[in-house]
Amino acid sequence: MTLLISNLPIVTLLPFFGAIFAARASSYNRVASAWVAAIVTLLASALLIPSSLAVFAGETVIQSWSWIPAIGLEFAFRLDGLALLFACLILGIGLLVILYARYYLAAKDSMGRFFAYLLIFMGSMLGIVLSENILQLLVFWELTSLSSFLLISYWQHRQDARDGASMALVITGGGGLALLAAVLLLGNIVGSYNLSDVLAAGELVRSDELYLPILILFLVGVFTKSAQFPFHFWLPHAMAAPTPVSAYLHSATMVKAGIFLLARFFPVFAGTPEWTWLVGGAGLITLVMGAYMALFKHDIKGLLAYSTISHLGLITLLFGFGTHLAAVAAIFHIINHATFKASLFMVAGIIDHETGSRDMRKLNGLFKYMPHTAVLAIISSAAMAGVPLLNGFLSKEMFFEQTVSAVYDAPFMIIVLILVLLAAIFAVAYSLRFIHDVFFNGDSIDLPKTPHEPPTLMRIPVDLLVLICLAVGIFPMFFVAPMLAAAVAGSLQAAPPDYSLAIWHGFNLPLVMSMVALALGVVVYMLRDRLFKWHDRRMSDLDARIIYHFIYNSITTMASAITRSFDKGSLQNAIAWIIGTAFVAGVIGFMSVASPILGPRELLPVDGVSIAAALVLIGASIMTVVFHQQRLVALVMVGVVGLIVVLLFVKFSAPDLALTQLSVEIVTIILLLLALHFLPQTSPKELGRLRISRDVIISVMSGVGVMVLSMAVMSRDFVPISDFFLANAVPGGGGTNVVNVILVDFRGTDTLGEIVVLALAGLGIYALIDGLKLYAPAHDENGLNWCEDNHPPIMQALTRLLFPLMIMVAVFIFIRGHNLPGGGFIAGLIAAVALIIQYLANGISWTAQRLRIDMHWIIGIGLLIATFTGLVSMLLGYPFMTTTYTYLTWPIVGKFEVASAFVFDLGVFLVVVGATVMILVQLGRLSDTSHKRQQHLESK
Amino acid sequence: MEWLVALVIGVLTASGVYLTMRARTFPVVLGLTLLAYGVNVFLFAMGRLTIGHPAVIDPAAVNYSDPLPQALVLTAIVIAFGMTAFLIVLALKARSELGNDHVDGLDLAEDEVPLKKNAVTRAHEKYLKLIKKKRKE
Repeated sequence: MTLLISNLPIVTLLPFFGAIFAARASSYNRVASAWVAAIVTLLASALLIPSSLAVFAGETVIQSWSWIPAIGLEFAFRLDGLALLFACLILGIGLLVILYARYYLAAKDSMGRFFAYLLIFMGSMLGIVLSENILQLLVFWELTSLSSFLLISYWQHRQDARDGASMALVITGGGGLALLAAVLLLGNIVGSYNLSDVLAAGELVRSDELYLPILILFLVGVFTKSAQFPFHFWLPHAMAAPTPVSAYLHSATMVKAGIFLLARFFPVFAGTPEWTWLVGGAGLITLVMGAYMALFKHDIKGLLAYSTISHLGLITLLFGFGTHLAAVAAIFHIINHATFKASLFMVAGIIDHETGSRDMRKLNGLFKYMPHTAVLAIISSAAMAGVPLLNGFLSKEMFFEQTVSAVYDAPFMIIVLILVLLAAIFAVAYSLRFIHDVFFNGDSIDLPKTPHEPPTLMRIPVDLLVLICLAVGIFPMFFVAPMLAAAVAGSLQAAPPDYSLAIWHGFNLPLVMSMVALALGVVVYMLRDRLFKWHDRRMSDLDARIIYHFIYNSITTMASAITRSFDKGSLQNAIAWIIGTAFVAGVIGFMSVASPILGPRELLPVDGVSIAAALVLIGASIMTVVFHQQRLVALVMVGVVGLIVVLLFVKFSAPDLALTQLSVEIVTIILLLLALHFLPQTSPKELGRLRISRDVIISVMSGVGVMVLSMAVMSRDFVPISDFFLANAVPGGGGTNVVNVILVDFRGTDTLGEIVVLALAGLGIYALIDGLKLYAPAHDENGLNWCEDNHPPIMQALTRLLFPLMIMVAVFIFIRGHNLPGGGFIAGLIAAVALIIQYLANGISWTAQRLRIDMHWIIGIGLLIATFTGLVSMLLGYPFMTTTYTYLTWPIVGKFEVASAFVFDLGVFLVVVGATVMILVQLGRLSDTSHKRQQHLESK
Repeated sequence: MEWLVALVIGVLTASGVYLTMRARTFPVVLGLTLLAYGVNVFLFAMGRLTIGHPAVIDPAAVNYSDPLPQALVLTAIVIAFGMTAFLIVLALKARSELGNDHVDGLDLAEDEVPLKKNAVTRAHEKYLKLIKKKRKE
């Protein structure tokens, strides 16, 4: 039964993992990824069944784990009737779409990519409907935007697909930001981000003074996703996607995500005049406009796109009424729209697939070629038009009923009634057009392919969906009532109101409206030629996309203008800007505090040696700048600076730093010398007086600024947190060298991160140099060849003698590191220097023959050791990187301390040795290969 | 003594910043090295200056220097080495890809005086021609 405690997150995450397998599977077999996708969907559905039984019994299943309690984020899932309904739509229609897509995709389309994207999208949608924590819901919300972008742009080679996808992403992504703001404010008011708490706090939210801003932000999120006016225009352009994607995204999922939120947050926001005006208003406009536009689209997918917009408007309008009965009608229509629209999109895809065209001016008389498909299309269109005995009729009746009852409440609502009727008339007209224009109405005009029925399996999903339309339409009580009741209860968070799902309610006003709509719809369709002409003359210029492009282009032009005014494509300028800004920010920081620059701390006395050393450092530093065009001289000067810094550390009680700096200094200079071999020995002289004086000013100002800042700090007393380290180094860490204990014990995780960085730098350098082709001069600037005696015998003999000694020093420094200055970093550098000297004195090939260790392994083993010591403490039930120590008594040595931090330090040691040696030897090797290559080139 | 150290930090920073803004990669790398020294000493000085009291626990000691900045600087020194190494190799890569060592990939910027031709530059030109010929083949 343990599975049932965590089945909801598994259901949600399963498609994401499935996506990886689907992507991989296609490399073995084209169809395999479709199988993976189908199996994942079936598995997820099966996992959902046990919990759904509880939901039908009236429970709400909640499964949650604490994630980041500090910001109220929980890993929490929830299954109630509403979530179950949507999960069923997502998984059920998802499965049919997978089956359909397997036949729809052409041989040249990548199956793996398609099904991987589809599964990611499915997982994101499931995440939205199953989330209990609303922050977590937002994450999945954004994921749907991203994955739908990938799906819409699936045919990446097509410009319209890329444009449509980016428009969808901009609009829905922007809406996501608004929703984020709404959710944060909402959580702030309620004091919790858990849906259960938020849903229970409706009164509190509605009476809050921020109610209206929150509502608007929330609705921006909802309307962008569900293509409501004025954000509707992305949806028709998203039709550039493959038809299975349209069938999935625009019937049951993507656009229903916004509707889902309306249903979900109905108890929180609904019931105020603001809600009615904003939600109802947008819904009404969308309903009418979508229905009108749909009739004038010649592309069958365009017609379906606008009809989708219109139906979404209908659902939104119903939620806008704000009554419980209206919510019932809305949720019922969600189910019905999902079924008939998915089947219609699939029919559109079949037509496109079998004829090669989607233009209704060319497509005519297809009935004789594909009668079966035509019958399916006729039934679904009839459902869309609201013909009795089909599911669309039932929810449309309920919709009319709600509109009529709204008129009883407020007489001015008669306008709404008229507009609703108008939309219904157009709905009948465009449904009729979809059937009559495509399947009848004469013969087709020059189609690219001769049409015929699609493969049977491609049609089965449509068969099933149409069957559902009929089943729900004829036996609503039997097929849909329990699901609907559960969903309504989940949405309203209350017992469902009394409603009747019967087909016959007697001869009443809604029925009359349906009849009128059907009759006038036919009339409108008959008059279509005249209407088309009128529309082309008057209305064809109206396109929200123009405004979108205007705003979009203005913003991007402005952004690039601002960027261009700073960035002239020059790194020098960019750096000047960065440093200049940092300086200004620092000065402003100083100015805003009204205390003297220098503090009262007693300063240390100055001695002559220190002054002399400082003068050498300052001199060398300035010489580096002055002689920077003579690169070798400048490098020597940098070496001098580094050595004086070592003395500075010695003077001010930092022996560990002095040792580290000294060994790093040696390695750095060797490194830069090696690199200089491949670069020009001199830099060109600069003439730009303006730039030089600007740079001098910036650098002097930064220097003075940093000097004043450090003086301001050093002249003040403070209470360091280091007393803790000093007090606990021996009892807690078992070492007297506090610096080393901090590195390997107190802040061990930091050190782990740092050696990872070093390891990555080493590996990155290895990869960069690998295969690098550079010119290596065979002589100096005067044309004199380099010294022939590459490896002087005296140096060779001496370094070979010194090698064991140096390694011994490294070992000594390593072992004593925990108690006296030393440790893994320093010992690693000393050992690296010992090895590098061997390479230098004896040549790479000589040394490599004797030292047959791949430094990759050393780095890897070092990282493993360091991580492993951290993990061992976790295995023993302590936090990561907890250390321990004990004392052993050895013969001769006496009492000896053994600390687990020691093992960690060994890891540090290995990584430092490995990375350092690898970097330098790789550079050295570059010189060898370059010379050989050049000789080879010249000899040819 | 504090003034002296502050002066050292200031000079290191100023030299480092100036070189960092130069147009050729090698001086930039030298500049960043100097800047790294300056930053390390600065961080170290945040623990205040202490003479003769290393942070090694000793019953006879009366006072210790602040060990925390030292630990931070110790790793900073090693990381700075890694960064310098990466940068200089990046500079080599840039020279191999672009054929020059200007930070913006220019052979000669507007405000630069061309170098006098010498044995190395002539050999380099010859080499580039050889490579070009080989690619054509």
